Amino acid sequence: MNKSIVAIATLALFVAACEQGAGDDEAKPYSSRYQPMAGGATLLTGATVLTGTGERLDGADVLISDGKIQAVGENLDAGDATVIDASGRWVTPGVIDVHSHLGVYASPGTQSHSDGNEATSPNTAEVWAEHSVWPHDPGFVTALAGGVTSMQILPGSANLFGGRSVTLKNVPGRNVQDMKFPGAPYGLKMACGENPKRVYGSRGQAPGTRMGNVAGYRTAWIKAADYKKKMEAAEGGKGEPPMRDLQLETLAGVLSGEILIHNHCYRGDEMSVMLDIAKEFGYKVTAFHHAVEAYKIADLLEESGTCAAMWADWWGFKMEAYDGIRENAALVDLAGACAIIHSDSAVGIQRLNQETAKVIGAAARVGIDIQPEHAIKWITSNPAKALGIDADTGTLEEGKMADVVLWSGSPFSVYTRADQVYVDGALAFDRFDESINPVTDFSLGTAATAGGAQ
Amino acid sequence: MRIRNFLASLTTLILLVCTSAVYAQSIAIVGGTVHTVGPQGTIENATIVIEDGRFVSIAPGAAAPAGATTIDASGKIITPGLFTPVGSLGLVEVGFSAGPLDMLQRGDQFAASFDIADAYNPRSTLIAVSRIEGVTRAIITPSAGFPDEAGNSGRVLHGLAAMVNLGGGDDSLEQRAIAMMVSLGQGGSGLAGGSRAGAVLTLRAALDEALSYRAEKGELEDYNLSLSDLEALQGVLSGDVPLFVDVDRASDISVLINLVSEYGIRAIISGGSEAWMVADDLAAADIPVVLAPQDILPGNFDRINARRESAAMLAEAGVTIVFADGQSQTHNARNITQSAGNAVANGLSQDAALRAITLAPAEVFGVADRVGSIEVGKEADVVIWPADPLELTSYPEQVYIKGNAVEMTSRQTLLRDRYLQTDSDKPPAYRR
Repeated sequence: MNKSIVAIATLALFVAACEQGAGDDEAKPYSSRYQPMAGGATLLTGATVLTGTGERLDGADVLISDGKIQAVGENLDAGDATVIDASGRWVTPGVIDVHSHLGVYASPGTQSHSDGNEATSPNTAEVWAEHSVWPHDPGFVTALAGGVTSMQILPGSANLFGGRSVTLKNVPGRNVQDMKFPGAPYGLKMACGENPKRVYGSRGQAPGTRMGNVAGYRTAWIKAADYKKKMEAAEGGKGEPPMRDLQLETLAGVLSGEILIHNHCYRGDEMSVMLDIAKEFGYKVTAFHHAVEAYKIADLLEESGTCAAMWADWWGFKMEAYDGIRENAALVDLAGACAIIHSDSAVGIQRLNQETAKVIGAAARVGIDIQPEHAIKWITSNPAKALGIDADTGTLEEGKMADVVLWSGSPFSVYTRADQVYVDGALAFDRFDESINPVTDFSLGTAATAGGAQ
Repeated sequence: MRIRNFLASLTTLILLVCTSAVYAQSIAIVGGTVHTVGPQGTIENATIVIEDGRFVSIAPGAAAPAGATTIDASGKIITPGLFTPVGSLGLVEVGFSAGPLDMLQRGDQFAASFDIADAYNPRSTLIAVSRIEGVTRAIITPSAGFPDEAGNSGRVLHGLAAMVNLGGGDDSLEQRAIAMMVSLGQGGSGLAGGSRAGAVLTLRAALDEALSYRAEKGELEDYNLSLSDLEALQGVLSGDVPLFVDVDRASDISVLINLVSEYGIRAIISGGSEAWMVADDLAAADIPVVLAPQDILPGNFDRINARRESAAMLAEAGVTIVFADGQSQTHNARNITQSAGNAVANGLSQDAALRAITLAPAEVFGVADRVGSIEVGKEADVVIWPADPLELTSYPEQVYIKGNAVEMTSRQTLLRDRYLQTDSDKPPAYRR
């Protein structure tokens, strides 16, 4: 046996061993193969800490080791941790974007990279966004430079049911499985309003109106409920199961509460209708996305426990966005509902902290005082909740993943930059040390390493 | 309720300010820190005196003239009005599937002479949304757009931009034909038949015909261009009307630099993702760049070397820079402050950033004798801010356009105030 065969065999064993450590059930196809990078123990000292739970600690330390938050408080014992003087700087949980199309609408935005909308049928619940994700999208790196450590990648909004979303850790990978957030539930993208009715109506096909949209949702849920019933009966020993159907499997997963609904919807009246459809079929709308008119129905959102994921100030680009106001998130928050600032943009995702700052300013203009420790929840713990990953990330609580951003100042100042970003305790980005930072295959050899060090 | 009371007092304040402005010929803004962006630099505890819509004096600690309406701005920051350099303000309400979309002109009949000024609507809802955030001037620009359903597209030379004030009145149009829009690079290639070289040739052919038309005026030949286009191009040849060129790639910018020098004309670059790579050449050719510093992704192969330090690098090389808002260029024209702030976060000086959204656009478009800075004799566009204008948590307390205090409301503030009345017994439609 020659040496190279031995080497290959050893390598194969090594790779197999790695897979054993994966977060999800590694036997399952398509499961997460995410492996945190190695990171030592780190103590950030003397910082202004926004914990993501609504607390602000001044002059506080954050201790990270074994990839987890170990402690947050004053005068922590460093032990053998690397000590980083964070005085004058701010520490927050890693930013989470609940609405991204990175990888499925990758840069450069060529036709060949247009993988986000399976606009071939109004119901494509059977497609999975993860099967479109191109891990070499340079947008992942620029998002990391903006402090984003986790994100949901969604299909587009051409369809009533666009397909499954996937939640990723913002780490470089050779394939999407290297990036999948271990244990994160799937989401299902639904879309209201102009997009589906325009896309299909213009082809002389249903839906061509908003009422056509609603009929489309209801028809699909009726079929899904029937499929679920037959599956459950078969599991209980009554009859043969129906042939496996990817579309109905995803919809049935929503009805059994395993898959979360992320519903693109702009207008207040339409969001109200969508809440009724959820009532009719016994599922929950986890979050409305874009939700430009969420401020008109903030009380309904509070009642139903549905989050609104919003832009700070996008408006007017289409009719259903005409009533956008900068105070939207503040008014949703004021009503006690769950407010989230999202990007839906490879540019916006780089500055979710700045988008949040716009809302703080607009709210101040009408006497609504929003403190930084509260606002940070809109881009950390609230999106974590909406993604069902809040037990693992989204706050700086002991035992959670050490997804942490060390900012040069208040994250809500336009002059502030993310100095260092930690993912599961490993230094994933350092704006002062380009050698630390990932460079996608695509960006190799460009004169500027987009998103690299300053 | 706390918010209601706050709103009520805010409304009273607005009414007071507006009422006084209507009657006052003379306004004194007293006690603020004034960033003049002019030769006077920054002045603490300044008194700005405005008469008949112009600045008549700016001096530290001066007394307000007798009879002037006095605004106490102590503790406030005062800047010139913001100037947005590109976009469709007054030409569009709803961008997609609704309209109007008056920035788009397709077909062969007119191109270079297409004059956007005749489409401007000073009462567009976007105007108030922008001006209450401090935007007082705008360059409104024709857009090449996308081919329509019949396959008609815009032209490589797609018309004349104009400068407007955002006062909202019938006197809003300040200057027609302030620049001529051109698309080169990838954008131009699609309009020229496939290749970017075709776009350059289209521009050359237009300039050559215009030269020939100038030489043989009165002796009409069989020109490819319309008479109105040939007339419009005379302004370009004389140097009065700069080309406003949408171009990103460094090699295309180099081609433009040579062309401008060959014809002895002027140009302004819009986009300029890779302009930093030819910054010295741009500085030597005195070609300014209108850019959005946040656009650092390789959105296409023309922008593959975009980088976040562009603004600082161009400024360092001596290129005049002006900030666009990037993502929308119209509905959120107000976000030029975010562009400026991000440029500072990436190495540009604070003064240069403020200049790039006030005086620099006025200079680039040739109207700095009238607007862009707080200087005696200039039109009094001025903004009072409670805090650093580049911070996104900051907002104008009062905006003046040509000495008039603008009403600090928009359709968006009306919507906001309606839905803030959560304790009202009435349905929203009955709340004002």
